Amino acid sequence: MGALGGNGATGGRERRWRGISRLDARNRPPRSLLVALLLASVTLITLDFHGGTDSPVEPARRVIGEAFGPVESATAAVIRPFTAVPSWLRTQGSLNDEIRDLEAENSELHSLVATAGYDRNRLEEYDGLTQSAENLGQALVPARVVAYGSSQSFSNTVTIDAGSQAGIGADMTVINNDGLVGRVLRVTRTTATVLLIIDEESIVGGRVGSSLEIGFVHGKGSLADDELDLRLVDDAVIPAEHDTVVTWGSSEGPYQQGVPVGRVTDVYSSLIESSQRAVLQPFVNFSALDVVGVMVPTGTTSDRAVIEADGAMR
Amino acid sequence: MTRLRALIAALAISVALILQVSLFPHFAWHGIVPNLCLLVVVGAALTINAPSAMVLGFVAGVALDLVPPADHVAGRWALALTVVAFLAARVRQDVKPTAGAVVGTVAAASFVGTSIFALTGLLLGESGAVPDLLQVIAVAVLWDVLLTPLVLPPLMRLFGRLDPHLVTA
Repeated sequence: MGALGGNGATGGRERRWRGISRLDARNRPPRSLLVALLLASVTLITLDFHGGTDSPVEPARRVIGEAFGPVESATAAVIRPFTAVPSWLRTQGSLNDEIRDLEAENSELHSLVATAGYDRNRLEEYDGLTQSAENLGQALVPARVVAYGSSQSFSNTVTIDAGSQAGIGADMTVINNDGLVGRVLRVTRTTATVLLIIDEESIVGGRVGSSLEIGFVHGKGSLADDELDLRLVDDAVIPAEHDTVVTWGSSEGPYQQGVPVGRVTDVYSSLIESSQRAVLQPFVNFSALDVVGVMVPTGTTSDRAVIEADGAMR
Repeated sequence: MTRLRALIAALAISVALILQVSLFPHFAWHGIVPNLCLLVVVGAALTINAPSAMVLGFVAGVALDLVPPADHVAGRWALALTVVAFLAARVRQDVKPTAGAVVGTVAAASFVGTSIFALTGLLLGESGAVPDLLQVIAVAVLWDVLLTPLVLPPLMRLFGRLDPHLVTA
């Protein structure tokens, strides 16, 4: 039993005993260190909270983003083939059903397009009148989502694998083929962080398709279902259900105009705020984001193929 | 030895972080993913000496705060994970923790960590509605407990091998 208090120089078992008897002493975490680390955390919070967009933490975010961005992209590229596996395992019947549905939708769209030519031509003339020439064309830089913010962090953000090298900058509009996804918050050389429009802090200027009334689309940050709030500026106007809302767009604001945001599903009139509140169903499925496009000014130099406004690849 | 230990601990945090933002969202329930960084911190606090574990908790928290897509006020996870490391290091008794004790510690740590993060969010006006918070905390605890049998034993073996106090050689 001498090993309990002895030097423990013989055999692993005795050493273990000695190590464990020492555990007691080092088992008490030092309070001074706890206080120091807590103060460091609080300092960090204070710095970042009061700094806003030019907080001293931003450079650190950028440096860490530069380091982790490529790793996230590489990991996502490795994982992608495996996450696609469930889509292979489908029955002949479900594929046939999907083809039938798509064919029906396609023919419907064809008939729409056939009649829309006249309307579109007229619209283009108006657009040409009202918009300055350099503002018309917007090119798209394609990118893929490589990392997602977790719900534990209570913010809806994703990382995409295109950054300043691809010609992307802060406040650019991010879309996918369904509609508006969000805007770019910050970029590193190879990645960019995107704030989704369902985030609580996201506010998008929106315009109701049928009446052209303007309002603000707020993200709700809710877990269960992707929903957006639309508050109209003119509270006398009641948006109709199934109305489409598009971005309103301003010359220096982050969102380009005319990007579809969502469809009105419910309308409430709030007596307290004396305004109309409508619930929007966004067109984009935010739980299955993959390929997105970032709207950049036409002629942007990029490290990858850019889709120009007329559909050509460059 | 110490430098190697720090390097391996940093590597463990990085791997956990990357998996947390890039792999697990594909299996997430309403965007809630297992908090692997928290598991690494708890594993360390149960194995290595308390001061190192607390520094590791702080570093893991700062990493969670800064690695992209994160957009919340930096320092919130650092605060939460420092407290988690402190508590987990206190919980440990001077015997090797049993499986039940490890699972219990992870559940408590996950609850405390996610709650502190949510509460700081409420104070700073960043978190959502309280029912949502509770739901997130509950599911996060469930996730972390589910992953504990897979993640904690190899982690604790790794940290145990690295700790110079347990391995005198």
